[in-house]
Amino acid sequence: MLDDIRTNKREVIALAFLVVLVSVYLTTHPSGPTTYVLTIWANQCTVLALVAIAQFFAVLVRGLDLSVGAVMALTNTLASHLLIGSSTSIGLGLLAVLAVGSLCGLANGLAIVYGRIQPIVATLASASVFVGLALLLRPTPGGEIDFDLADALTLDIWGLPTALVILTVIVVVFWIPLRRTGFGLALYAIGSSQQAAFQSGTPVARVRLAAFVLAGLFAGVAGLFVSFITTTGDASIAPNYTLNSIAAVVLGGIALRGGVGSLFGALIGAFILKTISALMFFSGLPPLAQPFVEGLILAVAIAIGSADILRLRNRLEVFDR
Amino acid sequence: MSDGKRELIRFEEVTKAYGATLALKKVSFTCQAGEVRAVLGENGAGKSTLMKLMSGVIQPTLGKIYVDGQPVRLESPGAARDLGIVCMFQELSLVPDLSVRDNILLGAKEVGMGRLSKGNLTRARAILDRIEGAHIPMKRKVADLSLPERQQVEIAKAICRAPRLLILDEATSALNASVVQKVFGLVRDLRDQGTGILFISHRFHEVDDLADSISVFRNGEHVDTFQKGKHSYSEIIAKMIGQSLTELFPPRLSPIPDGAPLLKVDDLSFGDTLRGVSLEVRPGEVLGLGGLDGQGQMVLVQALFGLLKKTGGQISENGHPLQLKSPRAAKAPPTGIALVPEDRKTEGLIPELSIRENMELAALGRHPFGLTDLDNGIDPDLFTRFTSEMELVCRNFDQPVSDLSGGNQQKVALTKWLALQPRCLLLADPTRGIDVKTKTQIYRLIRQLAAEGVAIILLSTDYEELIHLCDSVHVFYDGAVRQVLEGPELTAENIIAASLNVNSVPVQAAQGHPAHA
Amino acid sequence: MTARLFNRVQLDADALVPWIASLIVILVGATVFPKFLSAGYLLQQLQIASFLGVLATGAMVVILLGHIDLSIPWVLGGAAILSTSLAGTGNPALVALAIPAALAFGALVGVINGIGVSIFRIPSMVWTLAVNAMLLGVAVLNTGGFNPKGEASALMSSLSTGSTIGLPHALIVWLCLCLLVFAILKRTTFGRYLIAIGNSEKATYLSGVETPRIVFGAFMLAGACSALGGVLLAGYANQAYQSMGDPYLMPTIAAVVIGGTSILGGKGSFVGTIGGAIFITLLTSVLSVMQISEAWRQIIFGSIVLSMLLAQNLRRRKA
Repeated sequence: MLDDIRTNKREVIALAFLVVLVSVYLTTHPSGPTTYVLTIWANQCTVLALVAIAQFFAVLVRGLDLSVGAVMALTNTLASHLLIGSSTSIGLGLLAVLAVGSLCGLANGLAIVYGRIQPIVATLASASVFVGLALLLRPTPGGEIDFDLADALTLDIWGLPTALVILTVIVVVFWIPLRRTGFGLALYAIGSSQQAAFQSGTPVARVRLAAFVLAGLFAGVAGLFVSFITTTGDASIAPNYTLNSIAAVVLGGIALRGGVGSLFGALIGAFILKTISALMFFSGLPPLAQPFVEGLILAVAIAIGSADILRLRNRLEVFDR
Repeated sequence: MSDGKRELIRFEEVTKAYGATLALKKVSFTCQAGEVRAVLGENGAGKSTLMKLMSGVIQPTLGKIYVDGQPVRLESPGAARDLGIVCMFQELSLVPDLSVRDNILLGAKEVGMGRLSKGNLTRARAILDRIEGAHIPMKRKVADLSLPERQQVEIAKAICRAPRLLILDEATSALNASVVQKVFGLVRDLRDQGTGILFISHRFHEVDDLADSISVFRNGEHVDTFQKGKHSYSEIIAKMIGQSLTELFPPRLSPIPDGAPLLKVDDLSFGDTLRGVSLEVRPGEVLGLGGLDGQGQMVLVQALFGLLKKTGGQISENGHPLQLKSPRAAKAPPTGIALVPEDRKTEGLIPELSIRENMELAALGRHPFGLTDLDNGIDPDLFTRFTSEMELVCRNFDQPVSDLSGGNQQKVALTKWLALQPRCLLLADPTRGIDVKTKTQIYRLIRQLAAEGVAIILLSTDYEELIHLCDSVHVFYDGAVRQVLEGPELTAENIIAASLNVNSVPVQAAQGHPAHA
Repeated sequence: MTARLFNRVQLDADALVPWIASLIVILVGATVFPKFLSAGYLLQQLQIASFLGVLATGAMVVILLGHIDLSIPWVLGGAAILSTSLAGTGNPALVALAIPAALAFGALVGVINGIGVSIFRIPSMVWTLAVNAMLLGVAVLNTGGFNPKGEASALMSSLSTGSTIGLPHALIVWLCLCLLVFAILKRTTFGRYLIAIGNSEKATYLSGVETPRIVFGAFMLAGACSALGGVLLAGYANQAYQSMGDPYLMPTIAAVVIGGTSILGGKGSFVGTIGGAIFITLLTSVLSVMQISEAWRQIIFGSIVLSMLLAQNLRRRKA
């Protein structure tokens, strides 16, 4: 137990912070903790949570992905064309959207793993391509999504926001089993020490490739979920989500140097970030001060997360972080 | 032992080149099932390259490798593992951020990319328990383990993969004698079950204890393989270094100094890695720091170079207390302390940069910060004095350091600091992984610097180096000086005994068995 | 001496790639629009490239260090707002202060970036992003979210739009900045340390270098460059506007990287970065002159950058 807490120290702190934030949010909200309030909040958080998951897989293997927002934009605009009509065509459309997301991830992975381009740079360039494709699909925001499906996924099930149910399903059905496979282990091992993972017999190239495909897939899921919330396609959503996804994983205790953190942490980080913005909205702060306070809280949270560096007594250890 | 003696792996004229350097030259080598083979050779003799080739970490430049008589291409450690070849690496192959359990399961054949099976864990637990690792929890993160504990985990990880060929590369370097004996027991059992074992160690008594046969490597070549007992200790050493020890170590140039100490360390402590260490070093003295890895010697050196915050005790120079806040403070005159770190490639040098840029990096700091014209900054003669003395082989100073052989790199790392004319020189294992010729050159330089009045603190894991170069040796154990050895007391047996924290060692220790702690 | 200096420029093939690519862009463009080859058009492109080039110069310093500065957009925006507000007061003393104040602002943000990166050791990617978010907040708080009132001073306008004997002043500013930063990198210990840290901060520290000071200096220099970019752009548009810096972040980094500077730090080429800025400006211009839609422009832009990087890596692996 003690070992567990020690290993997940950062997540535990982040979770505690989130609990405080959410309680403040629900108690200060003018209309109180109603299902409606909860659902709106959960939807906003879930979009970011899904991109954060995408970013998490890339970061886990030491590869920041600057194209997650662009993949979202592309899948969102694609969904606005495909997710309408008969249930068969909607079903096929869903598959197509997810396949496109994964393909984007595959393209990134190939450029990074076999083309040996640094992840930051490769995804910076590919993001431009993906946004371009999204603009081809939707030069201006528009299109529509099947309303029944959108409602089903963005409202609530017996008072519980569907978005939260989806995230729970992802954690329970996908993440926990994945963590118990050799593949899950290899993801962490490669991020922590690629050399050690390689010497232990891990197929490093293929596992890294798979990680980027997963990043693409989850960015696609995030794009899909945006479509259900807005029921339109919009190619201009990319930049915000990319940058916020990085902030979310860092807040969730995931080390950008790879190998440390969990999908659960990414979720916590995303929820913290979105709850802060939601809080600002009702906090009574002058609206003009809100972006600054939001930025300040983000900066302070990150700085506190790194403050234990000041306690290091061996000046050399600083460089191994 | 005679049963099951068949060929497991065979090298045929295998060559491995790194750029212009040949790490292995046309090596032919065979390894059999049911036998413990010790591989001896100096650092840089090609042993590690041999192991890396066998375990698929690197591929040969020329030549063929056969497993069970079939030609194979060991493309990756995964491919080697599938053939039953498992290596326990000298640079630990554990993933620091993962738990012991995860590390044991990582890359195990039964696991692959699929569900984690528990079978390996039970076996690993049993192995850990047998080698005094019962206290190591499976859930503990590897980064939180001590060095010996990590080696125990590494051993358990390797053995629980049921290898047909097990390679132990300095596998027991951090373990104490009693654990080593248990590991050896385990290895003998494996051998009796038909596993082939390759065993690299620098400790002669371990080789004597465990090996059935011995292979000697020198300068990337396979010199000889013979049954244990065929050659004496000194004959084997002669095969390893190609000359006798007395030729290797140059004679003293000046008498042992007895003046006032230059540097005085009083009751220095740092967490639980350094506990109340006191020593003094005079100008012209060569003071040795011995002991097993991680017993506090390195911490002391780091403290002297201003790398540690909030140390207890005091460091003073010529009677004046020093405030060592950073390496910059340590190197600044009049303090003049220099450190040539243990790891050339990541600490001592920047391999991507040129020889000149590397050498100037330390010396530049003596000029005002910022806008100094580099062309008028440093006189190259400052460096050439040392590079020509050590016979640095390079095209010119604009060549990147990464092009040089290990020995020449070390010469650059030394020159970088010598150009500052330090009053006290800290050397951390300066001859690790270096060929014999360079070693002699470095030894000669140490002698000469001492004669010129530089105070030298030499940290070494090589007994011979400590015995033949140092005026006195402080042997560390568990963060404290276990014993100070001088003059006639300065023998391999006494260093070993003090390193292992035992009081006395039978006279035959150097050739035979260590005392059981 | 000159030979030595030239030797150090390290005209390696990576640095030439964007120059050759620029040439191709001009030639291909000229087949469609002959005016591409006119001196007037090319000078105008160089003037526009100067804005990107000034930003890229600063970005390169930080990238050489092995870090990245994502606060460029709002340092740029903030400097533009600050300088136009001061210039807009009409008070001669304040008008004269417009440019120095903006540069000081950029350097100050550089200090904040440096604190996070070198003292708290927060990954620069994250910390500069957070700083950018705070700057955005400060700007919104000060301007009320509207485009700030104010105007460029005469000096600012002259610097970005004026020209002397046909040479745009912006280009002169850019070249002077390049010479200055080039001199700092190649002729001073600071520059030497910077490259050393980019390769290995640990080894540099162990050589007795106070590495945090160098990191601070680099981020300050980069901040001042971003601010200078803001001043020039404000002079060009004769105003500052919200999020005027956002479209410049990605092209700036791309300009540095296709010029052959490693995003991991420690290795880079000035000539390449200059070429990178010119290439990206020309490419953007050609694509817009050809009336290619925004969508295709993005796709072509991304694909070209990707293939240039791939080509660099393939060539390197062969060598």
